[in-house]
Amino acid sequence: MDTVALTDDFTTAQTADGPHIARACRLLKRYDGQTVVDHIDLEVRPGECFGLLGPNGAGKTTTLRMMLGLTPPDGGTLHVLGEPIPARAREARVRLGIVPQFDNLDPDFTVRENLTTYAGYFGLKGDARRRRVDELIAFANLGQRENMGIDSLSGGMKRRLTLARALINRPELVVLDEPTTGLDPQARHHIWQCLRGLKQQGTTLILTTHYMEEAERLCDRLAIMDRGRIVAQDSPNALIAEHIDPHVLEINGNAAMRWLDGQTDDLPARAHRVGDMALLYCREAAPVLERLERAGLRYLHRPANLEDVFMKLTGHELRD
Amino acid sequence: MMTSLMPQLSLRFIPVWRRNLLVWRKIMVPSVLGNFGEPVLYLLAFGYGFGQLVGDLGDLPYMVFLASGIICSSAMYTASFEGMYSAYTRMSEQKTWDGLLGAPLNLDDIVLGEIMWAATKALMSATAILVVAALLGLVSDLRALLALPVILLAGFAFAACAMIVTALSRSYDFFLYYFTLAITPMLLLSGVFFPLDQLPDVIVILAHLLPLVHVVEVIRPLMIGEWPVNVLLHLSVVAAYGLVALSLSTWLLRRRLMC
Repeated sequence: MDTVALTDDFTTAQTADGPHIARACRLLKRYDGQTVVDHIDLEVRPGECFGLLGPNGAGKTTTLRMMLGLTPPDGGTLHVLGEPIPARAREARVRLGIVPQFDNLDPDFTVRENLTTYAGYFGLKGDARRRRVDELIAFANLGQRENMGIDSLSGGMKRRLTLARALINRPELVVLDEPTTGLDPQARHHIWQCLRGLKQQGTTLILTTHYMEEAERLCDRLAIMDRGRIVAQDSPNALIAEHIDPHVLEINGNAAMRWLDGQTDDLPARAHRVGDMALLYCREAAPVLERLERAGLRYLHRPANLEDVFMKLTGHELRD
Repeated sequence: MMTSLMPQLSLRFIPVWRRNLLVWRKIMVPSVLGNFGEPVLYLLAFGYGFGQLVGDLGDLPYMVFLASGIICSSAMYTASFEGMYSAYTRMSEQKTWDGLLGAPLNLDDIVLGEIMWAATKALMSATAILVVAALLGLVSDLRALLALPVILLAGFAFAACAMIVTALSRSYDFFLYYFTLAITPMLLLSGVFFPLDQLPDVIVILAHLLPLVHVVEVIRPLMIGEWPVNVLLHLSVVAAYGLVALSLSTWLLRRRLMC
């Protein structure tokens, strides 16, 4: 990644409990009598990467839309970059960048024109605009394709261009809705690298994802949402330490399930069964390992991760 | 939350308008052909073909009568098409509006920008027809130039009405209702192709509830070297349609998109 300065110094709102970039209190949203976001409290601190995790329909995107002033809340208060939202959402959008879940690049324009027109929406003109667009074309690594239409870009290139477009105004805060969904591993790593670069420059990031690996790599703090509520909010490591035993043993197959059924309640592990596989969570691995070895079962031993926390807190059933 | 029901008018519509202009410049040739070629063909075919049969209307050759009508109807069609098919495509299919809403623009700015752009296209199309009509000797004097600001107002009103339909539409098919139930009857009952006094009184009164006839009654005299009468009344009707439709469409689109 280029070492161009992508952001300005950020300003933050000061409150009794310290500075924050965004803060929601008892934020509420209902659709047709159904509560989609249920009195949530959120606080995003300057310079951090804050993740919003949750199964489909948990209310992540609605929460983001409310923060951007695109959806009016039905209750609670919301401040982003010190501006009350939605009353002064337009003013807040002057200073933030948005990477939406689905690319909405302008298909009537080339790569360069997309950035140039978008810069125009922010009031950039002349030389300053041209320089900024040059920087961002380099940042998105699209120099070879700057005069091509959007249709000729791969999914990863479109995402890079969308991210570059979001940086056109050197935002203090970038809001990303599922930034890497649908990307191949190379493209995903490239986006991660870009996001880490932004963070190093002091840009605050808010992102939603349902890739736990992504959240664990990028986020300083995260909130897990389920059914419109925040069920946990902390750093990834603190969440793992608080909610789950450190060792996980995965077993699967009929023999393993019969073995599990045969265990009386003295097994020093919490078993979680999903179909013909089970996860055994335990504080000490050795006693359980010994039993598995004795039974001659195959197993996978790994440290607990964010996905375990996520599954524990939001349940294993399918969400549509 | 306090949101005014009235649209927030702001010069921030200009970047939206300019975006559409930039795209238009890329597809200018087919666009000009459509907006300008088609009415000219109508004018020539109907004018020469029909004109022979009809002869003169009073002391007005049919071609002259028709030219001043077609300039109005073409403004109506251009603004309506742009306000429906093109704006709907940008709102719904291309998600251009979503991109605009990521910038410091409000939905009200976008709606006004789209309507002003559609009015601009109506003006471009009318200007082209005016040039052709002048070359064919169908325009009396420089008063005809005064038709252009009237066309811009008319384009604004028709585009704003089209934006209401766009706000309510779930697919392109929906626009056919509006064309069949509103635009076509208006075209036939507003004195574009034949003088209104051919029709029963009740129809004439009903036609005057719609905007197009008021546009025609201002523009036709200007094109044939006369001064129109009741200008303020006619223009007020057109402007009222525009302002009410702007407010209603903005309100409907806010309900549709900002939810």
